[in-house]
Amino acid sequence: MSDSISRKEVIHVANLARLSLSEEEELTYTGQLAAILDHARDIMALDTAGLMPTAHPLELTNVFRPDVEMPSLDREEVLSQAPASEDGRFLVPRILGEAP
Amino acid sequence: MVDDSVFSDVAPQFLPGWEIVVGLEVHCELRTKTKLFCGCANSFGREPNTNICPVCLGLPGSLPVINEQAVELAVRIGLSLNCTVDESIFHRKNYFYPDMPKDYQVSQYEKAINENGYLELPLSRKIVRIERAHIEEDTGKSTHVGGDNGRIHGADHSLVDYNRAGIPLVEIVSAPDLRSAEEAREYVSELRSILVASGASDGKMEEGSLRVDANVSVRQLGLSEFGTRCEIKNLNSLRSLVRAIGYEAQRQVALIESGGKIIQQTRHWNEDQGVTSAMRSKEEAYDYRYFPEPDLVPLSPSSEWITEIKGRIGLLPASRRERLAVLFDGVSSGSTFDQIVTAVNLGLDDLIVGSVESGADPRLALARATNEVAGDLEKLSNLTVEKFSDLIKMESERKLSATQAKNVLAQMLVSGATALDIAKAMGFEALDSSVIEDLVDQVISSSPREWERFSAGEDQLAGFFIGQIMKLSKGKADGKVVTSILRSKR
Amino acid sequence: MTGSSVGLGACQIAELVKSKQISAVEVTQEHLALNEFYDSALHSFLEITEAAAISTAKEIDAKIAKGEDAGLLAGVPIALKDNLVTRGIATTCASQILKGWKPPYSATVVKKVSGAGGVSLGKTNLDEFAMGSSTENSSFGPTRNPYDLKRVPGGSSGGSAAAVAAKFVPLALGSDTGGSIRQPAALCGIVGVKPTYGTVSRYGLIAFASSLDQVGPLARNVKDAALLLQVIAGHDPKDSTSLVDATPDFVSVIDHGVEGLRVGIIEELVDGVAPMVGEALKASAASLTSQGATVEYVSVPAVAYGLSAYYLIAPAEASSNLARYDGVRYGLRVEGQDMNETYVASRTKGFGAEVKRRIMLGTFALSSGYYDAYYGKAQKVRTMIIGSFKKAYEQFDVLLSPTAPTTAFELGAKAADPLSMYLSDVCTIPTNLAGHPAMSVPYGLGENQMPIGIQVLAPALGEANMFRVAAAIENDAPPISKTLFWE
Ligand SMILES: [Mg+2]
Ligand SMILES: [Zn+2]
Repeated sequence: MSDSISRKEVIHVANLARLSLSEEEELTYTGQLAAILDHARDIMALDTAGLMPTAHPLELTNVFRPDVEMPSLDREEVLSQAPASEDGRFLVPRILGEAP
Repeated sequence: MVDDSVFSDVAPQFLPGWEIVVGLEVHCELRTKTKLFCGCANSFGREPNTNICPVCLGLPGSLPVINEQAVELAVRIGLSLNCTVDESIFHRKNYFYPDMPKDYQVSQYEKAINENGYLELPLSRKIVRIERAHIEEDTGKSTHVGGDNGRIHGADHSLVDYNRAGIPLVEIVSAPDLRSAEEAREYVSELRSILVASGASDGKMEEGSLRVDANVSVRQLGLSEFGTRCEIKNLNSLRSLVRAIGYEAQRQVALIESGGKIIQQTRHWNEDQGVTSAMRSKEEAYDYRYFPEPDLVPLSPSSEWITEIKGRIGLLPASRRERLAVLFDGVSSGSTFDQIVTAVNLGLDDLIVGSVESGADPRLALARATNEVAGDLEKLSNLTVEKFSDLIKMESERKLSATQAKNVLAQMLVSGATALDIAKAMGFEALDSSVIEDLVDQVISSSPREWERFSAGEDQLAGFFIGQIMKLSKGKADGKVVTSILRSKR
Repeated sequence: MTGSSVGLGACQIAELVKSKQISAVEVTQEHLALNEFYDSALHSFLEITEAAAISTAKEIDAKIAKGEDAGLLAGVPIALKDNLVTRGIATTCASQILKGWKPPYSATVVKKVSGAGGVSLGKTNLDEFAMGSSTENSSFGPTRNPYDLKRVPGGSSGGSAAAVAAKFVPLALGSDTGGSIRQPAALCGIVGVKPTYGTVSRYGLIAFASSLDQVGPLARNVKDAALLLQVIAGHDPKDSTSLVDATPDFVSVIDHGVEGLRVGIIEELVDGVAPMVGEALKASAASLTSQGATVEYVSVPAVAYGLSAYYLIAPAEASSNLARYDGVRYGLRVEGQDMNETYVASRTKGFGAEVKRRIMLGTFALSSGYYDAYYGKAQKVRTMIIGSFKKAYEQFDVLLSPTAPTTAFELGAKAADPLSMYLSDVCTIPTNLAGHPAMSVPYGLGENQMPIGIQVLAPALGEANMFRVAAAIENDAPPISKTLFWE
């Protein structure tokens, strides 16, 4: 078994990503993710000192939009696609925690 | 544990032997026409979900494009707070919450557009360091249904309105340099003035245009290390800010003194009960997984652009105070200076300076502005410099008594009419001095004995004569004119 | 069964429609009929929008009757990958989580295609959220290869590639994040182009990995692909990553030949490919030499690390892009006791295994304590790959490699081992990391009598040379001497 990712870590990331896994899935995903991360070890060995990270292939800066109002969407069309709505708003189940 | 309720609704008190340490995060909604990343209107109070588009609703496939004016206003804030304005990038802050349409917030994390500035408090002259002032998007708003008072706790379900989602914010983060609730109030008040003067914000705390999070800790006097801090979220008025910090500091001191330990946590301020309480949130520590927002490119304001923007920033509060102080021999402390600070905070300084330029008396203008006009700020738009200056002149020329002037000014704010018209309509035309002289003669002849004593030097009888004359004139006579006539006749 | 327009290219159809030799309605109906009859076996479409197609075709005929310009794609049937947002038409990304979602807006490319007179016949199948290389990850069932129904069409734009190869449409749009246009084009024996990042608007393309995604054309010949790229390219103010450069005329350059062009074969991408794929690459190089180009081997060392970097960067971006599918505003909701339970239940039910795998991988790569070792490192390797390409392009105008290491494999062959599936993108991924253009051109048949694709790579905005070389390869390529499943 690889040590690149543990079952505990898989459970943790699933939790962060709001996914639930069965015990069997926990094992399968741990094995699969570990295999992928092990493959990625080839780059861990590379000397990248002095290299800047590339977040984006383009070297653009300052792409702007003028401060001009554009029409909004029709509320009924939008809410027609919502799983639940009430009084022109999106209805959600009770929220247990406040926003972080 | 210390019972929170023992501190219920107490004013911040002096905590002997302890020092309060406060750092503030102020979220300022920018005064743009449209949202940060889309063309939906930046407006308050519209029907729910009528101000949304694919971008601010986070629909699949939609992409953000930065509003140039939002960047300009952010730069104005940075320059006004003496920050270094430099190249910056946007990050995504990932967390699940229903008022966040994309389940991540686009914000500046590693490199903020404005860093390392400061603000000087006008009264204490204290320098408060600004760590950063970065751009980010606002969230939507949830209404909690089925619980008590619309609070999240105990609610049955919630309703989400995304009109506010994507409104441009600048978050201004101070260093932990503030040492009392009062200083925190002064800081926010000065910051608010700066934000309004620079044109970046309308400063309306009551509409949520400015929202404050306070990081509060306490330490024993003389210690250099900071204590563990708690963050109080969403303080929406200066009053709440002062009360919440005062409460929280006392809570922490009491907890430590009773042998407890402060846990770093986020706390909620309950305005009605006057207490802070730990927020309910998931057990797991948040891991926001910040990474560079790939849908946006870096901001790199050129020095030419920054110079242009500088030219568009209005006169800032410090200069405004100086401009007023010059009218009072460059005063820099004391009650007149306090009035100057108030005048600038309330945005009344243009009115005062304008009226003085057209010949009004500075002291009277300052007093009427900071006392009377300040009491009815919402109607300020009814007042022009010209009208205000006419009123001040009428009062200093004794055409109106002080009481009359105050009444006329109140009426001016309501109706917008001129001082002269209102004074006429109210029958406040001051009596001509010849008429007053007649009245004085009348009183002298009806009270010869008193007049004799007064003439012999019994000054305290002046009050008796003034009272009699005022009675006869039905309050229209100017007190000072009456006094001088009485003196001349003695 | 087949009407007169079926099998014709897009350029030909547009000419015939504009010169009134055939009506747009006839063209549309002929293609729809073929589709209706045979797509149940292929499953290239998720939704056919027949009524809308006919009414669009009628409008085009009316325009032509009035003597108006009907556009570059006048009356040409086209298929749209179902990760392109279409107003009022279900857009699913082949995911249960978006099943039935009718967007309130359309993608910029969709508007451009209809503005140019293209007639959309519907939405094509894909790997869920474009994550896959075989279209087996569609939650609505796989698409098959029209040359052998037992085999995959490649992916993730497998529905688009299969529909074009099967002659259901002459053109289709796909999206390419790590090879998702080029690899299925190669496996289905057609042309597929991934343009320079920023050339085509991403507005309305449902994001997989934002810094890598690009929309591009699939067609049965190079000229048709150039025509469609011409239509969809150009600046879009709604996409901050859209380039402002004027788009050149891609169609006219393809007749310019390759005389004097310097072509480099990427050494690192030759080893380990199937023997017949390797032979085809050599043959295509020889053909370029005979047409006047100089061809040499060149080492682009960092491309060897593309796969590793990609499988950290793309999932990281995806983990964030796919957070919004939470059961609140649109799509599937599985009700739980509270909001958080609802998030978990909806996402657990709504996403398939591969999507979950990548979301978890990406969440891990970004999570506290691992960012620098994984995501941060991968970004630096990305810089390295760009540098490696830059060096190669100092000596060469275009580069050459196989598009995929093998020809189409059988359904299920790689389903159990995600890593082996990922390896089928080894040749295509480096270009996405660099943001460069690349395309696949068919070159006869290889192992299992299945099509082979040759990949032509160019530096950023080097599409003109890329198309010239692709056209030269096409000129001289052995035909795909095999019948389609329905022929
Ligand atoms: Mg913030
Ligand atoms: Zn919007």
